[in-house]
Amino acid sequence: MMDSLILRTATRLLLALMILFSIFILWRGHNEPGGGFVGGLICAVAFALHALAFGVKEMKRLLVLDPRSLLGGGLLLGILSGFFAGPGGDPFMTARWIIFKDATGAKALALGTPVLFDIGVYLVVVGALLAMVQALMEED
Amino acid sequence: MFSWTGFPVAFSGIEGQLGTFSSLTGPVLVDGGFSVPILAWTCNPKRESPAAAMLTAIGIIFLAAALAPTLNRLFPSFAHWLLALAPAGGFVWFAGQLATVVGGQPVAESWKWVPALGVELAFRLDGLSLLFALLITGIGTLIVLYSGGYLRGHRHEGRFMLFIMAFMGAMLGLVLADDIISLFVFWELTSVTSFLLIGFNHADARSRRSALQALLVTGGGGMALLTGLILLGTAGGAGSLSAIAAKGVDLTGHGLYLPILILLLLAAFTKSAQVPFHFWLPNAMDAPTPVSAYLHSATMVKAGIYLLARLSPMLGGTDIWFWTLTGFGALTAFWGGAMALRATDLKKILAYTTLMALGTLTMLVGLGTDYAIRGFAAFLLAHSLYKGALFMGAGSVDHGSGTREVRELSGLFRAMPLTGVFIALAALSMSGLPPFLGFIGKELIYEGLLTADRPVLPVLVVSILANATMLGAAGLVFVKPFLGAPSKAAAHAHEGGLTLWLGPALLASLGLLLGLYPSILDGLLGQVAASVRGEPLAVELHLWHGLTPALGLSAITVALGIGFYLALRPLTAGLAGLQRFTRFDADKGWDHILNGLDALARAVTGQLQGGVMTRYMAIIFTAMLLLLGATLWFRQALVLPAVDLHGQWVGLLLGIMMLVGTAGAMRARSRLGIITALSVNGLSVAMFFITYGAPDVGITQLMVETLTAIILVLVLAHLPALPKGPDRKPQAAFLHGILALGLGGVVTAILLAIIALPLPMTLSQFFGDTSYLEAYGRNVVNVILVDFRGFDTLGEITVVASAGLGVLALLKARYAKPKAKPQPGPQTGEVA
Repeated sequence: MMDSLILRTATRLLLALMILFSIFILWRGHNEPGGGFVGGLICAVAFALHALAFGVKEMKRLLVLDPRSLLGGGLLLGILSGFFAGPGGDPFMTARWIIFKDATGAKALALGTPVLFDIGVYLVVVGALLAMVQALMEED
Repeated sequence: MFSWTGFPVAFSGIEGQLGTFSSLTGPVLVDGGFSVPILAWTCNPKRESPAAAMLTAIGIIFLAAALAPTLNRLFPSFAHWLLALAPAGGFVWFAGQLATVVGGQPVAESWKWVPALGVELAFRLDGLSLLFALLITGIGTLIVLYSGGYLRGHRHEGRFMLFIMAFMGAMLGLVLADDIISLFVFWELTSVTSFLLIGFNHADARSRRSALQALLVTGGGGMALLTGLILLGTAGGAGSLSAIAAKGVDLTGHGLYLPILILLLLAAFTKSAQVPFHFWLPNAMDAPTPVSAYLHSATMVKAGIYLLARLSPMLGGTDIWFWTLTGFGALTAFWGGAMALRATDLKKILAYTTLMALGTLTMLVGLGTDYAIRGFAAFLLAHSLYKGALFMGAGSVDHGSGTREVRELSGLFRAMPLTGVFIALAALSMSGLPPFLGFIGKELIYEGLLTADRPVLPVLVVSILANATMLGAAGLVFVKPFLGAPSKAAAHAHEGGLTLWLGPALLASLGLLLGLYPSILDGLLGQVAASVRGEPLAVELHLWHGLTPALGLSAITVALGIGFYLALRPLTAGLAGLQRFTRFDADKGWDHILNGLDALARAVTGQLQGGVMTRYMAIIFTAMLLLLGATLWFRQALVLPAVDLHGQWVGLLLGIMMLVGTAGAMRARSRLGIITALSVNGLSVAMFFITYGAPDVGITQLMVETLTAIILVLVLAHLPALPKGPDRKPQAAFLHGILALGLGGVVTAILLAIIALPLPMTLSQFFGDTSYLEAYGRNVVNVILVDFRGFDTLGEITVVASAGLGVLALLKARYAKPKAKPQPGPQTGEVA
């Protein structure tokens, strides 16, 4: 932990921004640069920064969930998203989409299982990295 | 904007397939079989059977396994009755298929599994599979009930049920599988679940050793199986056993015949405990008795026999097949029989008689004559019935009297009359006396040997001796413990509850009933024989064959057997000498092999992994330099394409920055300094990506760089400061310099060679064209990651997850404070 007023003040501002940005990156990933992996990295950096500024206890409190649960949950979500392919008789992980249309009948929003999968990737990355960070900082 | 009201939602991709979808509304009852649709969802249009019945039977048993611990916690007193419904339901369904299969119509079903590799999840029910499936589900039902009584109140009863049900599902899959990969997967599952079951009393070091031994022996066989099956598939030109058989390629004349045969025999011999891999089976008796009764007599150890029988139409008939199987089979049979006479633990006696039976079955498959195959079918059934009954009976004796040591038991009959009667019935069947099914089996074994088309006199003699020992062993398991004056242990013995005697009662009575009316079995066993033979082969069983040579041999066997039992004392003394130089050696030899492996691993690891990071990196980089450099050189791929650097000032600037960073890292005198200098390189690379049109990779690189810096800083806190002054000898620094320049040069050469190649655009074209239309994404990189190649990404996040957990485990182990004294493990009630 670094006892630095500047770092702490900056972190307070940056943390929320970075988490929001990471989710934004995750969401836009399908059409613009971004995606679950990068999003997860950004989110992990945000929490790691918090841990550096305020200590690992604060980070754990903020995170609520154990990083290992995030990791396992992400992997589970990734695998489960593949099972939606089943009812159509397609191989595992064939994407399924729900298309929302606007009033004119044009496609406005497509929600699909790849989005679930990408969230899984995001969670695995966050979980794995924070697990390492936490383990490294905890035993000081 | 969106019209949110009413959600005009279209399930694109599922449209037009709602027929499949609607079958998800509830379980469907087809042909008396239960179908859980969620398991049948990938059913392809090519389905050949009316329902996914076999998959469902296996699935339900696995589901019951998953529910077992919960059920056991909720209903401790009757969970085993609920769980037994799963195999019982399977038994009913399989029994319902008797008419179809006996009529010569195998039932088949298949699903795409890995279509790209031609792997299917394919099941096929013919005579051989049906007999096994009936045994697995039928005896399985009784075993589940028996376990409920046997382990009543045990704190890990639920866990036990989970293991044994999972084993049951795996075993059922194994005997039904038609596709070679499915067969292998289920085969390995039985090894793994068997490991868990043998090691159930994990607090006991001996159990752990036995479990590991069984796993390593059968797992080694599993590797041989995979290789052998793949070779078989290549040689036979198909991916499933039935298709290979149907293609009719002459495998025995194929160039790969010998490797295929050796590998598959290794698999079968390890699984079915044939000499010289027999030693694990007696040790596996450390498992709780229900496990011994189920896995180590009736089912799992017969998987190897099943494999041999299944392959015999394709691979059988050659000299090497004949002599290997009859030779090793007879040897195993004799060895098992002899050791059975010497053992004094009820379960060990039974384990050795199981070796005898497995050897005999192997021998019969090897003989391959009509009578031998009929004998195989009859003896397989007879043995499963009596051995299951005997093991459960032995468990009841242990349960009621507190010991399994035959020297301490006599006169039990008064205290345990029911168990006594059933053990007597089963033991008579084991002795091969009329009117039991065992007698019919033994007659056919002798007929098979007498009709062999090669000179098998030594095998015949050995087989007579082995069969005679069964009478001696029957005396040991019934006459000695049950008759005579009550011993101390027998005085306080008591009969177990319903679940404890139900299994032995049914199985032992069946052995008698089927012996009296053997013609009931003609149809089923005829189909079993047809599966082993590869063409129709009628079976007509009779209790009375007339005065045949086989009957004469039976008479000799009985006389010899009674002699064995009466002369047990001098005989065991003689056998003790024999055992000293064999079984113990096999078991000890096993330890030697393991110790040798450990020593080798230690030596290699000690050489390669001395714990010095610089050395690891030197080894890895040298290997890379040599391998890549040699490839480049020999493929003549060293080219210098014309690269136009004119106007690439951003790239040049970044290149200069990287040189500066590298120089800084080389000059730096502290770790923090090195990291900072190297960050310059990392960030420059990220800039490269962003400048030259790969923003995704650029952002990722940027984030990775940041995180690496953070994690390294955290690691630094745990490391000692760098030593002052030059940290390496000048020679080492010189060598490292050469290595670094060399590797850098090789990588540069590779990149130049890649640039020189014309870029194939077909894939980019495909992804560019389809990304938005089919996957609704404009960012092709991301669409590839999560959709087109999502399976790769799934593999990658699994690696990331494992790496995260691995680092966590290593760090925790590093910091774990050594305890003053090892804490004794949690006390678990033991069952044997």
